[in-house]
Amino acid sequence: MNEIGADRLGSAADDVYAMLIEAHAGLTPEESHRLNVRLVLLLANAIGDRERIRAVIAAARRHPRDPSQRTT
Amino acid sequence: MPRYAYRRFPYTTPPELRGAAGRRWPVVVVGAGPVGLTAAVDLALQGIEVLVLDDNDVVSVGSRAICWAKRTLEILDRLGVGERMLAKGITWKVGRVFHRDRELYSFDLLPEAGHKMPAFVNLQQYYVEEYLVDRCRELGDRIELRWKSRVAGVSQTGERVRLAVATPDGPYTVDADYVLACDGVRSSVRQLMGLDFAGQVFEERFLIADVVMAAEFPSERWFWFEPTFHPGQSALLHKQPDDIYRIDLQLGWDTDPEVEKRPERVTPRIRAMVGERPFELDWVSVYTFQCRRMERFVHGRVIFAGDSAHVVSPFGARGGNGGIQDIDNLCWKLAAVLRREAPEALLASYDEERIRAADENILNSARATSFMTPKGPVERLFRDAVLELAEEHAFARRLVNSGRLSRPHHLGGLTLQTPAEDPTVPMAPGAPCEDAPIATPDGRRWLLELLRGGFRLLHRPGDTPPRPVDGVPMLVLGRDFEDLEGLVARRYALAPGATVLIRPDQHVGARWPEFDPGAIRVALARATAGVPS
Ligand SMILES: Cc1cc2nc3c(=O)[nH]c(=O)nc-3n(C[C@H](O)[C@H](O)[C@H](O)COP(=O)(O)OP(=O)(O)OC[C@H]3O[C@@H](n4cnc5c(N)ncnc54)[C@H](O)[C@@H]3O)c2cc1C
Repeated sequence: MNEIGADRLGSAADDVYAMLIEAHAGLTPEESHRLNVRLVLLLANAIGDRERIRAVIAAARRHPRDPSQRTT
Repeated sequence: MPRYAYRRFPYTTPPELRGAAGRRWPVVVVGAGPVGLTAAVDLALQGIEVLVLDDNDVVSVGSRAICWAKRTLEILDRLGVGERMLAKGITWKVGRVFHRDRELYSFDLLPEAGHKMPAFVNLQQYYVEEYLVDRCRELGDRIELRWKSRVAGVSQTGERVRLAVATPDGPYTVDADYVLACDGVRSSVRQLMGLDFAGQVFEERFLIADVVMAAEFPSERWFWFEPTFHPGQSALLHKQPDDIYRIDLQLGWDTDPEVEKRPERVTPRIRAMVGERPFELDWVSVYTFQCRRMERFVHGRVIFAGDSAHVVSPFGARGGNGGIQDIDNLCWKLAAVLRREAPEALLASYDEERIRAADENILNSARATSFMTPKGPVERLFRDAVLELAEEHAFARRLVNSGRLSRPHHLGGLTLQTPAEDPTVPMAPGAPCEDAPIATPDGRRWLLELLRGGFRLLHRPGDTPPRPVDGVPMLVLGRDFEDLEGLVARRYALAPGATVLIRPDQHVGARWPEFDPGAIRVALARATAGVPS
């Protein structure tokens, strides 16, 4: 079992996803980009553990697919 | 060409237009869709006479509801059509979600046995309406169905409602104590009363096709994000009786619905999905979906239920299911008010309970539809990232939203329910009742079959011997029924002495660790908006 991707949101998953989308409401792509960066930094601090953050970065960098195959 | 043989229901000239005196009805239901017909049967079984007016003379035409949820089946079983639906319908409980050509995950909506009704039955809406019409006819001395009778005017005083009805023989008026407006999403009653219907439209088009084919797809719900057979969009496959499959294909907002409905457009899309097996198109429509609700459902003596009161996009099957649950919630209250067993104030709890339920249905349907049709580039990036991560990570699979399927609403914390001493107890006040296999002297039965016909007290013997309170029938475990697999005790957390007050709509109204007649009396009064006797 991959520990970083284990489900910790439980029944709040849909609420959390909606909160993230809602946070971007009304922003230009550039503003959204900046918001995402602030979010990453704040979430990294919320995790507060260098080795966990290293594992999260590694998981995010692993691309399940070659980007050139993307259709959208 | 639809396979279903539509039959016209006979129109007859109403007495009011034959020179006879019209009568005043306790309840007139406007609309003979699944919701209005369910209301007619429910009220008739409680001894209330009902007139049903419908502007048409045929059951639902085309591709509409197919998925009927467990709670709906339990309600319709109480009303006498559940077993027929089960016999004809396709039973399913597993859903699979695919991204491109790979399965991301599957879910099981009812992993545990010991329920009379399955998680879902797929059955075309026209069959459900046909069975309900048959049931109305069985109750013919209490239900009058009038076809080709369009409601064209509504007015009310504090005492009654008057409806103007248009028929092939001309107009007439009819008076009622209460009117149930079950006349669908374009409700005439709502419009005639000038009432609002606020919400959101999803800027997306979906091709909904019913396809006749002999195929070996299992009885499961299959949903694809960006399948290779329909690039960049979503697709849904569902099995129905009569070798019919329901296929939903997302089309994009810029498509022309008239063009997309043409067989020469539809056939290649279906062909790409189902491969070389032969098929025939039974029905094709192109829909845009919306989520809306009225601000309130009770307007004096006119009460809205079903699509007239709230409408959702179909991902999650919460439309028809939600509407039938409105009726389950409303009819015992209305019958009690009409019999003067409860004050009119009880009807306000229908607004409180079903508006919260409608909001839950709208929230879930809207989120699923948004996930399928992301608005703007950032939402799409998030959606696509979830799909990418979902192959590897459990948390992301949980975020993938292809529809959160209809579940009954938990009525905890609302006015009629008496809070439990221990708020963490399972089957807390407000919980929808769970089924369980039992035996009575008549043989093997189901618990929900006993919880019918009014309030009930479910009790497990403890130190205090139980006695009837205010004429509410007791169901004592081990005395009135045998708990065959111990599931009643487990699902209801019935320790010795535990007593559960169950509402006529099979939701827990109150519960106690001991048998306490005084507390029961107070809770019963609260559950009927009354004062303790
Ligand atoms: C593609 C699609 C798929 C769906 N899938 C599902 C599903 O799987 N599960 C689910 O639960 N729901 C589903 N739904 C939703 C479901 O079809 C509706 O929620 C349901 O039909 C609502 O029932 P109703 O009785 O409130 O209204 P309707 O079925 O619309 O019935 C209203 C009735 O009122 C009559 N009427 C209208 N105006 C008047 C008037 N002025 N006078 C007299 N009569 C009048 C109409 O003729 C009609 O008979 C789906 C809907 C669509 C479009």
